[in-house]
Amino acid sequence: MGMIGQHLLNGLMQGTIYGLVAMGFTIFFGVMNVIKFSHGDVLTLGAFGGLVAVWAANALGLSVPLQFIVALCVAMALTAVVGAGISHFLIMPLRNAPPLNMLLMTMMVGTAIREAIRLFFPNGTNPQRFPELLPAGGFNIGPSFFRTDAIILIIAGAASIGAVYWIINHSKFGLAMRAVAEDTETARVMGINFGRIIPLTFALGSITAGFAGMIYALYYSEINYSMGLLLAVIGFTAAIVGGLGNIWGAIIGGYLFAGLQTFVVAAMPSMSDYKNVFAFVLIIVLITWRPTGLLAERGSERV
Amino acid sequence: MGTISKRGLAALAVASVLPLAFGSFSAAFAKDKVKIAFVGPLTGAISPHGIGGRNSAELAVKLMNAEPNTKYEYELVVLDDECKPNVGVQVVTKIASDRSIIAAIPHYCSATAIATVDIFNRFKMPMVVWAAVLPEITYAKKYPEVHRVSGILIGQNRIGAQFMKARGYKKFVSFADSTDYGKSMNKYFTQFTLENGNEILGSFSVPPDQQDLSAELTKIKELNPEVIYFGGLTPLGARLRTQMAKFGINAQLEGNSGIMGDAFVNAAGPELAEGTLTFFDSPPLSKMPGGKMFADAYKAAGYSEPPEAYGPFAYVATRLVMETIEKVGPDRAKVTTDLGDVKDRPSIVGPVTFDDHGQNITPLTTSYVVQDGKWVVWEESEYVSGKRKLKNLP
Repeated sequence: MGMIGQHLLNGLMQGTIYGLVAMGFTIFFGVMNVIKFSHGDVLTLGAFGGLVAVWAANALGLSVPLQFIVALCVAMALTAVVGAGISHFLIMPLRNAPPLNMLLMTMMVGTAIREAIRLFFPNGTNPQRFPELLPAGGFNIGPSFFRTDAIILIIAGAASIGAVYWIINHSKFGLAMRAVAEDTETARVMGINFGRIIPLTFALGSITAGFAGMIYALYYSEINYSMGLLLAVIGFTAAIVGGLGNIWGAIIGGYLFAGLQTFVVAAMPSMSDYKNVFAFVLIIVLITWRPTGLLAERGSERV
Repeated sequence: MGTISKRGLAALAVASVLPLAFGSFSAAFAKDKVKIAFVGPLTGAISPHGIGGRNSAELAVKLMNAEPNTKYEYELVVLDDECKPNVGVQVVTKIASDRSIIAAIPHYCSATAIATVDIFNRFKMPMVVWAAVLPEITYAKKYPEVHRVSGILIGQNRIGAQFMKARGYKKFVSFADSTDYGKSMNKYFTQFTLENGNEILGSFSVPPDQQDLSAELTKIKELNPEVIYFGGLTPLGARLRTQMAKFGINAQLEGNSGIMGDAFVNAAGPELAEGTLTFFDSPPLSKMPGGKMFADAYKAAGYSEPPEAYGPFAYVATRLVMETIEKVGPDRAKVTTDLGDVKDRPSIVGPVTFDDHGQNITPLTTSYVVQDGKWVVWEESEYVSGKRKLKNLP
């Protein structure tokens, strides 16, 4: 097991992506009791938005770091707008409908986004090559090879998780968000603009998806229209395992899932085809053992 | 009926006579239309190969229709199987149940072809596979409808194993996709590599659409093989090559017909593709008997996409189907019988001979290496003269 450091790094990279996706699920659920299944497709949309931005920036002759910044901003802005739009036009009007209707509706929105990318993006069915905007190469520590881009992305991912945590727990907007999550009616009586806070919350959750989409695109240098599908299932699972509605739970769930996948390949290389099966089976066992998640949502504190 | 006016009656009369007049007119000058179908992956990650095949089949039809002495005018019905077995089953059922379509030229992807052979048999529709190389497509069952001009993957793995042994390589890792195709590739790679006395340190199997290969590559890095054998198609192959570089793995990449074609070089980039080996059941276009004719005609037709590795085979399969229809007429049963007798039939890729399973037994396996972004026949490459070197040579 000389490569343990390498496996750890791989797991951290994937865990960061899963954790970011799971965090979105947990924010939506915490505030609105909504399971928003279009989350993965919003992530895909962010990555494609980023790709178009890189093309445009490249055509304008911008330098690589500038291309990177433009792509990141476009991906996050696009997902924020789409997330806020979904909440304002679809989730808010339906907020008193049965939860099942909401779930179905978000699934359909996700399918619509996914198919729209496939049909309207040029050659949308084919995987798209994402330009390498981060420094290539890396360095060896013992037998492990540390990719520079992976380290940058892990740090960026962790920083964004920290930023979202700070916004929720220490900003005025976060306070309003938590108030709405706690008791919508009282929050409104206290003068919190409900109709503004909800779309903003969804924008925040969707920005994390856009960020995750960019991390994915930069790490693998390849994106495709259906990449959000499995990521959404894994992210949602991670959120459930960690305890839906609990931010730290989502992050722990994300790293746990990545850890399980990595462990299978490291321990049993010939079984690598079954890594998702193995990880999901263990998750089922975990959910049976702790139905409310590893870190259960505390009644008094949401999000 | 009493309300029909005189003018109405006159119009009816004209309408009933016109087709008669024009019918006899057209019979004298135009030929009967015969429909044949081409099936391949036109969308999705494998589409460069499908589109190259489609263009080549279309070219065969155009050239045939331009010949003055043919009995029929051919129309090519083109369908997309997306390289997915379920989609393949749908589109093949559609064409097979349409009696106006006489024969088919189906499939690039083996996993799709193996799923549809039963349908061709059930609907008694003759077909000639243009690219898929899984042995079971022709050999698992003895269907008279099923034929194939492309080779089978056993030969390329045998030649490949001998080639690697001759270079002195000893330690291998196998990396294949988890479809029937990848499994079969891995099976014959393993068999022939072990027969040559070489060692396989590990075998990996991943779904063809898996993005993240980091866990597998970490393990491979630990195993430290001299050669990574790849049994799969272009997108996964290019992804493997790209991520190998990102992980600093400096092993020689040994591919097979699945990555043969410009699409692999384009996807991995010329620098990373450099030195990649592959074994493919055909000499290059320039060495084929009708290669120059095909290349010139393809260029003249103005296609913007390259024919890719199997384009000439799609051309040959389409041409073969049309020649057979010319001979026996547009009748599925007669076409099936006559295709069974194909022997030493000249074609642009060389003579075609079907064995009793409808398998073309004449393909010539050739070794290729990527040199400056092009697939070059090994014997003519700078790697033979020693000017360039493969990786990890002992």
